[in-house]
Order: sequence, then C-alpha cells, then structure tokens
Amino acid sequence: MLRLNPEQMAERVAKDIPDGAYVNLGIGMPTKVANYVSGDKLVIYHSENGILAVGPAPAPGEENPNLINAGKQYVTLLPGGCYFDNAESFAIMRGGHLDIAVLGAFQVSARGDLANWATNNDKYPPAVGGAMDLAVGARKLFVVMKHTDREGEPKILEQCTYPLTGTGVVQRIFTDLAVIDVTPDGLQVVELFGSNTFDEVQALTGARLLPPA
Amino acid sequence: MIDKRVISFKEAVADIPDDAVVMIGGFGSSGIPLKLIEALRQHGATGLTIISNNAGVAEEGIASLLRDGLVRKIVCSFPRSAGSIWFEKRFEEGSVELELVPQGTLSERIRIAGAGIGGFLTPTGYGTKLAEGKETRVIDGKGYVLELPLPADFALIRAESGDPWGNLIYNTAGRNFNPMMASAASITIAEVNSIVAVGDLNPEHIVTPGIFVDRLVAEEMHHAQA
Repeated sequence: MLRLNPEQMAERVAKDIPDGAYVNLGIGMPTKVANYVSGDKLVIYHSENGILAVGPAPAPGEENPNLINAGKQYVTLLPGGCYFDNAESFAIMRGGHLDIAVLGAFQVSARGDLANWATNNDKYPPAVGGAMDLAVGARKLFVVMKHTDREGEPKILEQCTYPLTGTGVVQRIFTDLAVIDVTPDGLQVVELFGSNTFDEVQALTGARLLPPA
Repeated sequence: MIDKRVISFKEAVADIPDDAVVMIGGFGSSGIPLKLIEALRQHGATGLTIISNNAGVAEEGIASLLRDGLVRKIVCSFPRSAGSIWFEKRFEEGSVELELVPQGTLSERIRIAGAGIGGFLTPTGYGTKLAEGKETRVIDGKGYVLELPLPADFALIRAESGDPWGNLIYNTAGRNFNPMMASAASITIAEVNSIVAVGDLNPEHIVTPGIFVDRLVAEEMHHAQA
C-alpha cells in the first residue's frame, strides 16, 4: 500500500486551502501545511495567542520572544497583519470567522466526533489549549492524521474511545492512505492515494466507509 | 493626583497574602511578568491559586512558584509543555490541584469577570468531559455550556510601556491575556519596560486604559534602585 509521509500529507492538505482563506493551523503536523500552500494563493494565518497574518520564522538574531505562534515557535508578522488580545482571538474562532482549521487527532468517529486532547491515562496531566474552541468554531474542520496508530489500530472508529474534543465537528479527514469526508450518509471516501484500493483502506478503518463515486 | 508608579517589584507584591488568587499574564514565552513573579516567589506567600494559560517551563516564572511549593491550585488551559517539569512533578505527587479550562473559555471567563457579566453560554466543550457537572442549554438546535466569571485578588501583568495613570501599550503578541486580566482583579500590578509621561502615549494606541491598573513598575526603575 502507498502510505504518504508527513510532508506529503501536509502537501495534500495544502491543495484544499483556497485562495483568500483565513486559516488556523494546529500545532505539530498541521503547521507544516503552510510550507506547501502554493505561492499564487494569498492565505492569512491566524494564531490563537492573538495574531492575524502570521509570517514565516524570523532570521537568526531577529527573534522577538513576544512574537510566537501557538506552538511557541518564533514567527514574524506579514505586512497587513495585526495583534489582538486572547478574548478577541477566541471570538474570531467561536464566532465562525475562520474559514478552515487544520488539526491533528488521536481518533475521529463516523459522525465527525474529534478526540485529540487526552488519552484515558489519568496519571498523565491533561492539556487542552484552544482545540475545543477551534473544533466548534471554524467553518470547516480538516483533520490530518495517520490512518492507524502505532499499534496498527484504526483511528477512524464508529465511536471514539478517547475523551472528545467536540461532537460532529470534523468535515474532512486526510490520512496517509486516503481522503475521507464526513457526510450525513456516512464516511465518504473521496480519494485513494496511489493504487490503494477501497477494500484495503476499509480493512484498516474501524467504521463503515462509502466507496468513491 | 494620580501616580500609580511603585518603586520596586518587591514593594509591588508585598501585600499579597497566603491563599490569594493571583492571575498571571502570558502565553508561552510571550508577555510574562517575570520580574513580578520572581518578587512574588521571594515574598513567599503560600497556598496560592494561580490563573494563567500555561504552568511555566524549566525553573522560570510560574514553574519557580510550583518548585518552591507556593501553589495549591492552578487554573490553566495548557499546563503541559516541553520542559514543564515542576508542574508535572507537583501534579503527579498530588500536591497541586488542576482546573483545566479550554483556552477561549479561560479568556472569556476572565473578560466577563472584569466586565460585570454573571456568566455566558459557549458551544466550546459541549458534550465533552470538560462540561461534566455544568449547566447546559440547547438554543436553535446547538448545545451550549454555562461558564461563570473567573475573578482574582491580584493580577500580575506585562506590558511594553505605561504612563503614571496606568495606561498601557504592548509588544506584538505579548498582550495575549494581559488586557483581560488587568480588568478582572481587585489589584492589578503591571510590569513594563519603560514609563513615559502622562500624555506621551498616543491615545489611539493605548490598549489597556489606566482605570484597570493599580500599580506600575518599570524594569529600569528597578535597576536604578539596585
């Protein structure tokens, strides 16, 4: 089977980010998506701590410890960008002003429930950050994740077994094997990578998939 | 006459008692009042409840308060980060209570505490573990969770520049939680890089109106004293 590597997965997500979109990229792999958005598109990135029009990493020696992104990495501001406080930043999220959010996930359910903030291990201290606000607020929520976990267990399930971040919030899932939409009829496969077959992908999925049209 | 300048970080935090609820501004490395936190650590008040987005990393800031055993409870959205060793240690040994709050709910609870609002309904967290035990309501088919204001006894905040009336401007994304916290505490103490004369800040640029600020300490004044 063809399994995309994380860079290829980011590149695939980037294709679905339209020109003119306001986008929030979650920490970790989703942040890589910006590297692959074609230069002929203008995309404005939002950072939860209070930035619109986040620019690339600064040159060495130009870092400002105040100017960081949600992943606590140094960033810059593009011309036309601005700063605002955290309450306004989350009003932008919850108020439905962002076109797309891209998040990583532990699990996604057949009806678009998202689990990405905690496992069932109570000894490990939990952290939620802005994930729940993004999940309910962004107009479109893209999830980018491997199709199966480290043990080879499916991450797309009828019901999530980890604590939920939000219910019925995911629109599109980009895995290393396929692109799958969450629809009222169920999980619709919209793209199979390389020569991956529907049956192969279904066998690694814990919920029933609908074959591509 | 209004002059909110205080001569030293030590004096600025001298009346924070044991068991106080203290908000601390900042997000990651950005906009944190590190000198005020260090003064609070040396002051040594114990049993503190700390409200902040993160729980500090390495030996600095909130991590130093946790290390010294001064914190009883932390209200936070993202306590665990690379290097948050003291939070993890105190959490595992059970000596610190954690109230985990989604980030936008944290900032809005702080904002409404300063704005005189008694609560708000947010879709964030509806149907999740973080809404357990809370009142919920369905409006136009969408579920919401009732969240209550989060006030504090003291707020320690960080700004770029201020004037003796307490008007503040910030450095880039360093404002984060600082403006809301300024409004939500009984006593707000601002750490700034520089203090300018009343009238020197462009009124169109002032982010936090001085009415929310009680005390102002500048790094350079501190150095001059030392």
